[in-house]
Amino acid sequence: MTDQSNPDTSSADDIPIAYVSDQPRMRETPEQLRARIPGWGVDLDPADRPSYPKLRYAPDVTGAHWRFPDRQPGAEGRERSVEHAFVTPAFGTAQPLHGPSGAIRRFAYRRYSEGRLGHWLLLVAGDRVDAWGAHLRSFATLHPDNPITQTGVLSEFSTSGSLRRGRSDRRHHLIDPVIVGGPWVAAAGAAFVGVRGLVRRFSA
Amino acid sequence: MTYRGPYKLRVEEKDKPRIEHPNDAIVRVQLAAICGSDLHLYHGMMPDTRIGHTFGHEFIGLVDEIGPSVQNLQVGDRVMVPFNIFCGSCWYCSRGLYSNCHNVNANATAVGGIYGYSHTTGGYDGGQAEYVRVPFADVGPVKIPEWMHDEDAVLLTDAAATGYFGAQLGEIAEGDTVVVFGAGPVGLIAAQSAWLMGAGRVIVVDHLAERLEKARTMTHAETLDYDEHDDIVVELKKQTDYLGADVVIEAVGAEADGSCLQHMAAAKFKLQGGSPIALNWAIDVARKGGTVSVVGAYGPIPMAVKFGDALNKGLTLRMNQTPVKRQWPRMFEHVRNGHLTPRDMVTHRFPLEHISEAYHVFSAKLDGCIKPLILPSAS
Repeated sequence: MTDQSNPDTSSADDIPIAYVSDQPRMRETPEQLRARIPGWGVDLDPADRPSYPKLRYAPDVTGAHWRFPDRQPGAEGRERSVEHAFVTPAFGTAQPLHGPSGAIRRFAYRRYSEGRLGHWLLLVAGDRVDAWGAHLRSFATLHPDNPITQTGVLSEFSTSGSLRRGRSDRRHHLIDPVIVGGPWVAAAGAAFVGVRGLVRRFSA
Repeated sequence: MTYRGPYKLRVEEKDKPRIEHPNDAIVRVQLAAICGSDLHLYHGMMPDTRIGHTFGHEFIGLVDEIGPSVQNLQVGDRVMVPFNIFCGSCWYCSRGLYSNCHNVNANATAVGGIYGYSHTTGGYDGGQAEYVRVPFADVGPVKIPEWMHDEDAVLLTDAAATGYFGAQLGEIAEGDTVVVFGAGPVGLIAAQSAWLMGAGRVIVVDHLAERLEKARTMTHAETLDYDEHDDIVVELKKQTDYLGADVVIEAVGAEADGSCLQHMAAAKFKLQGGSPIALNWAIDVARKGGTVSVVGAYGPIPMAVKFGDALNKGLTLRMNQTPVKRQWPRMFEHVRNGHLTPRDMVTHRFPLEHISEAYHVFSAKLDGCIKPLILPSAS
């Protein structure tokens, strides 16, 4: 709480307030703040704020008309955290596990709890395997991945974005093309070296 | 939209979602938004983000279909949908912790269910699409009041509610000095909300000129550009008579700038779960015995937080994903009275077909982008 009688921040003798026992003083009185800020103080009472108290037992106001929800069909075999007693009664069905990335992710869920770093690092590894598998599969379709259109990088030119004048984050923005394009360049280089090796081997 | 790997998205045709649980609804999306936390998915920082996943946890729309046990909604209702998926009946929901529901996320117990936010939050496709499956339709969605602007409604589904919740977590008392890290949508509403709770002084910290300008004009707060100071912590100590702030609200999250090395280690090279800069600044800037409220989004992988300083300073650390629907009745009043002005933050509106550009512009903070909205073609 602050002393509202003197709209000043410093203590009486110019010693910073942290070093003396004085109450900090408000720069503006509540009346001044109320005049300047729309709605100042309308939620002043901490006990009359929506998230007070943190735990407020009120099961009748949620709209739920069940003690335990109906169980969604299809839970058999679905991955779950080992910290859960069962697959939850509702669950997402988007992008079910599949292929090598699915095997990595399923192992992460089965083997490690959420408290183990291995759980999360395996899931990240599964993400990268999933991405590369999807990229490769896309080249066998009529809609191959296109890093130019999919990164939206052309908006750099429509918004004069590349200027970023005076911004400290421009330094790490320079890394983005390397992160996005680097693996593609490396993969193209590896493919080129591999094909060239095969050609030389069979032409020798 | 669908995720195609870090920094890559595309628009593609997917099957229309179907009723999978008796209390499901299918909502035809009319307006969606990109949240700052979506960028963590986009940058590949959230574990178990699968190729083909549709992002989007801020959306409003029309009820297109309902499951057999739905009682509170009808086809054709215009609804706003909290970003939390929650059952309304578990131990947590029955005590108001809707964001911590235990009945909707089979993949993890440490976080509840969230639309379009990876399988770590349940594996539900999100609302940056034409249609979306909404579980527990009797519990989450609310009919949009006639008087409410669509852009206010969509922002109340997460960003605005999270800013308001962040100010509450700070337990602000009359006259308190409140520092808000981050002048993005959550930080801007947190600053507005701090005044409603009686703050005597509100200081917003960022480094993007257009966001700091928005903080001055929209929230009436003082602003500090951390790029203009050798050490923002020292500057804030000076500004608060060497006491520090009574309350600090961290509204930045896992990709905080402020240290190129820390940012690159986390956001670019994934060597830690997130960039802890804003969180560590918050710990440094709070006065001893003060409160740090964390509403910036972080994933489950560890990172280098100065926990010892938080301990030694006797700080109260408060945080959670926002139980959105719990905030709404009061927030509706504040929006109607003009005390909170979410739609003032909207800077860009993109058709769904241009989602890749929208993410790039928002991610790189191009063109003064503060809050981009997405308009599905069906709308």
